[in-house]
Amino acid sequence: MDGIQHVLDTFFDLPLIFSTLPTLLKEGLLNTLFLTVLASVIGLVVGVFLASGLMSRRLVLRLPCRWYVDVLRGLPHILSIYLIGQGLPLAGLNVFGSWTYGYAALAIGLMEGAYMAEIFRSGFQSVEKGIVEAARSLGLSRAKTMRLIVIPIGFRRVLPALTGQFILVIKSTALVYLLGLATGQREMFAIAQDTSSNNASLSPLVAAGLFYLVITVPLTYAVNAWDRRMREGRPVATLPPVEAAA
Amino acid sequence: MTTMTRAGTAVRFEHIDKSFGHNQVLHDIVLEAPGGATTCIVGPSGSGKSTLLRCANLLEVPTSGRILIGDEAITDPGADVDRIRTRVGMVFQNFHLFPHHTVLHNVTLAQQRVLGRSREEAVQVARKHLESVGLSRLEDRRPEQLSGGQQQRVAIARALAMDPEVMLFDEATSALDPELVKGVLAVMRDLADRGMTMIVVTHEMRFAREVAQQVVFLDQGRLLEAARPADFFDTPRSDRLRSFLKQVL
Repeated sequence: MDGIQHVLDTFFDLPLIFSTLPTLLKEGLLNTLFLTVLASVIGLVVGVFLASGLMSRRLVLRLPCRWYVDVLRGLPHILSIYLIGQGLPLAGLNVFGSWTYGYAALAIGLMEGAYMAEIFRSGFQSVEKGIVEAARSLGLSRAKTMRLIVIPIGFRRVLPALTGQFILVIKSTALVYLLGLATGQREMFAIAQDTSSNNASLSPLVAAGLFYLVITVPLTYAVNAWDRRMREGRPVATLPPVEAAA
Repeated sequence: MTTMTRAGTAVRFEHIDKSFGHNQVLHDIVLEAPGGATTCIVGPSGSGKSTLLRCANLLEVPTSGRILIGDEAITDPGADVDRIRTRVGMVFQNFHLFPHHTVLHNVTLAQQRVLGRSREEAVQVARKHLESVGLSRLEDRRPEQLSGGQQQRVAIARALAMDPEVMLFDEATSALDPELVKGVLAVMRDLADRGMTMIVVTHEMRFAREVAQQVVFLDQGRLLEAARPADFFDTPRSDRLRSFLKQVL
């Protein structure tokens, strides 16, 4: 029985879990979501630009984008976070002053941008050549065709993949713990980790884990449903009857 | 049928060569598609029909030769390709509607973004053309919810909404189920009757005979015959056309 009690104390110490919950919710969850959204926005913007560069016919545009994507996808995330998140302020590039979040979001965003670029590229390139030709034959310029046709169609097609990536961003935000956060800035993992080491029990980490799952799992299902609906269009029953074909 | 007030715009192909790498697909094509008339291009697959048609709005750029739309040499270096394309509508074999927009938005998009028409005007023009192809009631649908024949008629309305002077049809009925072909051909016939300059790549020999003022035979990238439909089908001059017609009629 002692063994079981020991396991329970280590992972499921309920009083400890309940005492951590308020901080985890009010401070941790909000900071995690804030950081995720900030990093994702940076990642999306970087990703779209990189994807356009990867598809460019000009080598001087294509090559640097290719290198960027290869390097940032090839490095361990923890290394990139240190190099960008700690490196920028250390090197005197205090673009965000002492606002750790800025560096953290930038580090994750730049990293995620590389992954999102490949996702966007596959989406944009999945748009049929014929649709592009139809748009061009109506007089739409290359740039307008990209903006009005290729990007919207491609974006919809990669939504599930992007959400998968968004979930990875949520998880990546745990890594900003490494940059050293002030008390009010801690996200879920940092709070759980601090509480865990203060109480010699991993229960707060289990609680944080549950929070991550509560966000990530429903999100995956929601987007899959959204994607299915988009592919199949509106339910046909809600539409007025179709007139004869010919 | 009402007659168009505008005198039709002619399309002239002057000594067009086109190669893809070492593969020459068009050899010295000389052809005039007269204004206000329908020219049908027929021939076996791989004869270069579609390539020639696609040169007329510069989806393909001829390797050499000149193409004139009315008086404008569209093949001149420095020609404004996007503006030229607003003068020439094109309809494709596989429709290629914009899948992320409704039928109505498919027809208004380029009007607003290219011609700079207001939303209200674009919608008004779109509805007029959707009505003329018999699809007014489907303007809120997505392309995927339409039959192939309906999609192709939307594609025709989309092209017509730009007020083109010339319409190009690239095997517009080839991807359709047989029972849907008639509706699309009827729309094309109506357009021809209204005096639109049309160049039509097709396998529909009956359409060519009944609607075209000129029928052209392409084989292995060469223009072998161009004649009025009666002469083309009843008294073909070349052996090659005679055997082709024997295959398809």
